[in-house]
Amino acid sequence: MSAPPVLALRGISKRFGAVQALTDVTLEIHPGEVVALVGDNGAGKSTLVKTISGVHPVDDGAIEWEGRPVRITRPHDAQDLGVATVYQDLALCDNLDVVANLYLGNELRTAGILDEIAMEKRAKELLDTLSIRIPSVRIPVASLSGGQRQVVAIARALIGDPKVVILDEPTAALGVEQTAQVLDLVERLRERNLATILISHNMADVQAVADRVAVLRLGRNNGVFDVADTSHEEIIAAITGASDNAVTRRKARTDQVRKEDAR
Amino acid sequence: MSDLTERSGGEDTTADPAAPAAAPGPQPAAVDPRLLVREKGLAGYVDDFARRVRGGELGSLPVIIGLIVIAVVFQFKNSNFLSADSLANIGVYTSGLGIMAVGIVFVLLLGEIDLSVGSVAGVGAAVWAVLSTTHGVGDGLAVLIAVVVGIGIGALHGFFFAKVGVPAFVVTLAGFLGWSGLQIWLMGKEGSINTPGGSVVEKLTGYYFEDKAAAYGLALVAVLAYAGSLLLSARRRRAAALPSRPLGEILLRTGVVAVLAFAVAYVLNEPAGARGLPLALVLFLAVLVIADYVVRRTTYGRQIFAVGGNAEAARRAGINVTRIRISVFAVSGMLAAFGGLFIASLSGGATKNLGAGNTLMNVIAAAVIGGTSLFGGRGKVWSALLGMLVIQSIQQGLNLLGMASEIQNMITGAVLLAAVVIDSISRRTQKTAGRT
Repeated sequence: MSAPPVLALRGISKRFGAVQALTDVTLEIHPGEVVALVGDNGAGKSTLVKTISGVHPVDDGAIEWEGRPVRITRPHDAQDLGVATVYQDLALCDNLDVVANLYLGNELRTAGILDEIAMEKRAKELLDTLSIRIPSVRIPVASLSGGQRQVVAIARALIGDPKVVILDEPTAALGVEQTAQVLDLVERLRERNLATILISHNMADVQAVADRVAVLRLGRNNGVFDVADTSHEEIIAAITGASDNAVTRRKARTDQVRKEDAR
Repeated sequence: MSDLTERSGGEDTTADPAAPAAAPGPQPAAVDPRLLVREKGLAGYVDDFARRVRGGELGSLPVIIGLIVIAVVFQFKNSNFLSADSLANIGVYTSGLGIMAVGIVFVLLLGEIDLSVGSVAGVGAAVWAVLSTTHGVGDGLAVLIAVVVGIGIGALHGFFFAKVGVPAFVVTLAGFLGWSGLQIWLMGKEGSINTPGGSVVEKLTGYYFEDKAAAYGLALVAVLAYAGSLLLSARRRRAAALPSRPLGEILLRTGVVAVLAFAVAYVLNEPAGARGLPLALVLFLAVLVIADYVVRRTTYGRQIFAVGGNAEAARRAGINVTRIRISVFAVSGMLAAFGGLFIASLSGGATKNLGAGNTLMNVIAAAVIGGTSLFGGRGKVWSALLGMLVIQSIQQGLNLLGMASEIQNMITGAVLLAAVVIDSISRRTQKTAGRT
């Protein structure tokens, strides 16, 4: 981990009108690392991801890409840098086949004509290297299962050779086996030395694949944990702020009073 | 691990033609059911076909069965139905409405509807007639201006739909009324302008290539081009180690196309009273081939399908959805105006009610009967031809039987309903079959 992080956010703040969505958030991610981004609803996970993917430009703070400062103001900027985002609601066209979906917006052409053969060949190679199993690359996406569709959506993000892949709740709507498929794929991304940001509400998923967990609470950093030596409860506590609430504050106060009394 | 060794074993035996059909193919795509189909031969094709039907991928099957039924029934009732004269008539009468139906196919692929095509056809014909007869504009230029006016009208519809956000149904309904008003105003008091003799528009449906070589030559070119493209694609796929069509299938397909093409050429050329290859049919086929190519082989066509399937996904993939929508309506307007000139040619001139009445319904019905989905994202350009053939054969057949037009309307309506029912059911089956 001595190499510079591929993406580093330093002191990011973002405000929507009267709502301070992000305050002084810092996040680093290295190649070959899976960072889970967790937090309660409204903690700012989605906003943070949208600042990285260029949907919402930041108000304050710096974004560094491989050590040098960059500005991301449009989705296009993020794509050019090599940030690919897979959104929660799948962005696939049901009526098109797998190859067409993988290359949608990036079609390969020879002399202005779609090069179906090159696209099919490369699509197969990509799916093979990711060990993705689908019945055929020439069937409409509509006839794939939910897990297969999610896997295709993630594979689609890899077509442009990104360095950072952001997965927004990739397993939210999936069953047990399909979730396992997607988690396998996340591990495959790590093997390819990609930096992956995984947003999830599911602690089991997070502990299964993530290297580090970054917790957001009320738009601020609330700790970064190594998954290997952090318990489930500690992460939950950081998410909910269980160590910082009315009860703990009162306890701290009364403890102090008692100490003073004792003196 | 055992899976791996098995697969590499399969790779070794593929060179052996006697390899058992059940052996896994060289590609991991051995799970591809369609690849397995090819290895199983004829029985495999039957299986594949059954699988598609169960999955709701009916494609052009219902309409081809329908055409055969229509031909058999009418031929049984009146032996003139399959006569050369009657078939050539169907060919000529189909072309104008068929070209308009191609435009509708584009709009339907987008998941929208264009109700204005009849009126736009009328305006196109009126613009041409007024320019060329009263204003002395050259004939060819007048035709060109008429088509450009169609493009402009379509783009205007597209603008209101895509930019302003008015539903396409309403925009084009307004267009349907408004443009027919413009058409009547353009046609003036008389309300009709006859086609001048020798005009380009007269030739659109009036000209026949009487040389027999024309029809046979065109058939030959079509068959060679078809076979050539299949062979080329199969060779490139084999070179890329992708599953390709076996030679047998290519020969079979080419054979079917050859029989059809030469049968049509024969009927156009040989029987007594045959006039040769009609120019109208050549133009219609040209529009079909170009449109099919654009839809299936270009990025633009792929983008139309994407927007019709999931506009939001298309937008996120970086497709300019607004541009696609406006351009598709412009294509529809262009083909409507062009088709209007064919109708003017058939009826001997532009009139104030050209394109009114059944025109719109027949054109939309043709696209839908031919198998293009009303729900967007599914369909083929060729459905314009198939659907138009169905509608025109029903009308021609009923005419031969001396049936009144009200009966024709009822029967065409029933056929349209049947087509939409098939579309809806197949969509539902696809959904249930998809969510396994």
